Amino acid sequence: MSEMKKVYERTKGIKPGAVSGFCPGCMHSTVHKLIGEAAENVGALDKLVRVEGVGCCGLGQLYVSGDWLIAAHGRAGAVATGVKRSSPDSLVYTYQGDGDLAAIGLAETLSAANRGENITVIFVNNGIYGMTGGQMAPTTLLGMKATTAPKGRVAEEHGYPMHVCEIINQLTAPKMIVRTTVDTPQNVMKTRKYIEKAFKMQLEGKGYALIEIVTTCPTNWGLGTLESIDFMREHMLKEFPVGEFRMPE
Amino acid sequence: MAERVFMKGCEAIAEAATRAGCRFFAGYPITPQNEIPEYFARRMPEVGGTFVQGESEVASVNMLYGAALTGIRAMSSSSSCGISLYSEGVSYMAAARVPAVYVNVQRGGPGIGAIQPAQQDYNQATKASGNGGFKMIVLAPATVQECVDMVYEAFDLAARDENPVLVLTDGVMGTMMEPVVLPPMKSDEEVAALREAFAHRAVIGHKPLDQHTGEPGGIGDGWEKHNIETAEMYKTWDKDVRVEEFMMDDAEIVLAAYGISARISKVIVKQLRKEGIKAGMIRPITVSPFPYDTFANLDPSKVKGILDVEMSIPAQMRFDIDHAVCGRIPVMECLRSGGQLLTNDQVLAGARELIKEVL
Repeated sequence: MSEMKKVYERTKGIKPGAVSGFCPGCMHSTVHKLIGEAAENVGALDKLVRVEGVGCCGLGQLYVSGDWLIAAHGRAGAVATGVKRSSPDSLVYTYQGDGDLAAIGLAETLSAANRGENITVIFVNNGIYGMTGGQMAPTTLLGMKATTAPKGRVAEEHGYPMHVCEIINQLTAPKMIVRTTVDTPQNVMKTRKYIEKAFKMQLEGKGYALIEIVTTCPTNWGLGTLESIDFMREHMLKEFPVGEFRMPE
Repeated sequence: MAERVFMKGCEAIAEAATRAGCRFFAGYPITPQNEIPEYFARRMPEVGGTFVQGESEVASVNMLYGAALTGIRAMSSSSSCGISLYSEGVSYMAAARVPAVYVNVQRGGPGIGAIQPAQQDYNQATKASGNGGFKMIVLAPATVQECVDMVYEAFDLAARDENPVLVLTDGVMGTMMEPVVLPPMKSDEEVAALREAFAHRAVIGHKPLDQHTGEPGGIGDGWEKHNIETAEMYKTWDKDVRVEEFMMDDAEIVLAAYGISARISKVIVKQLRKEGIKAGMIRPITVSPFPYDTFANLDPSKVKGILDVEMSIPAQMRFDIDHAVCGRIPVMECLRSGGQLLTNDQVLAGARELIKEVL
């Protein structure tokens, strides 16, 4: 019998035996895996501190290995500042959704970025509040229905979708700002590379990175898993085009 | 030889914290405590510590939470309406059993109130500093020296219980200058050892299977277990109750006050004694845990009346006194609020009114 060659191994960045409890088609599980792989690839799993946002993001603690703490809703930027300034050798990342980062936590998000804190911000944007059941978020698309915008988002009443990368890109201190997605194997690999780059940059003390990952929420969008990917490509990525706003040299 | 210096309350608080090993401070400007963050901004770089001016009180208290969970001695300060914004972070710190210290230099309220001193945050400080029904040790200094000593000790209490500790002072103490004896500066080795003592819980990164977390609760009955544990811890605080009993041996009239009001009351007790009136004072030094026993043990055949002296309208500490006295001794009130200070004359008049009623 010929010897089998191991070509793929589960990352140690995910707890042994952990099985995703996210909804079918949810991309949080993919993003968590990528964070684990990226931290392992840069050899810093034992330095990893996750500052966890509130909402579906708060479920990540069930799966990720490495230290973690929960920030109050929106406060991850401030909590991460406290951790990183007091423990500069730790690899500190926040994991936040659109409601957390762009609504309740916008002040903390902007201020941490503006100070150029040496942290990595993972921003998962699916345009809706997931955990609480589909309320309107700052990134909800025009016309998109939400439980708190039952007729869909209307510009005159609700304003327009907020573009976080573009806002952060107005600030001088941030070193890396990218928007990506995880809808194809290529994009999954690209996103991992971005996270790896941000982690490396942080370990070298080079400063703030924001990685926005546009994802789906089949449950609260009311779409099937494949339909929701089509919707994301056709609508979300049109409003939030992927791209490198700022990259480290 | 102990170092005796002339210092403003806020600056003395910041220096005492530095000497206790505090190496992280986050805060936001608000009167009358601005000298605390300003002092830390100068002082922290000298000792290899970190000062961050938060973008808000909300951010500052959450920075404190993150910093303290790495094991570093960390502190924040604010005043009344700013402290309201601390509720969220303080509750999270109590939830995560974080040893952190914060100071409330009280001003008038409610709302934006007045920048002048008050004692209107008593209930908030002692009963509900955030959601979830947690408790904290709350120290109430009456002199700048006590501000220094209590802030220095607050870090030890916070570390002992892995729970936040509040120093509840006011705008008089914060802005007034007094001679103080400063405590010894902890050496770098001592500061490192204090940090090491929290290593078993520090959220700084560990091997994947040696996970440290900032949350003892979680799914299932985790949070109830946490609440049962902390309730057991609160019971151990009986030993931490501190109270000053001044001229109480034969007192017939008792002035009850904490912090700045106690200082004024003490002057009045001395004056009444000169007039031959048997007056005394009870000063809660820990307002949480409150010295209920001291009040419960008062003998109604000797003590004829209690005057609750507070810079709060309506009265707040009075209800803790009532809870202990249970109507056995009449209680009257002498109050100011909204940034208006109690005067000697007013407390004396209040005492005379009580004397007229009960003696």
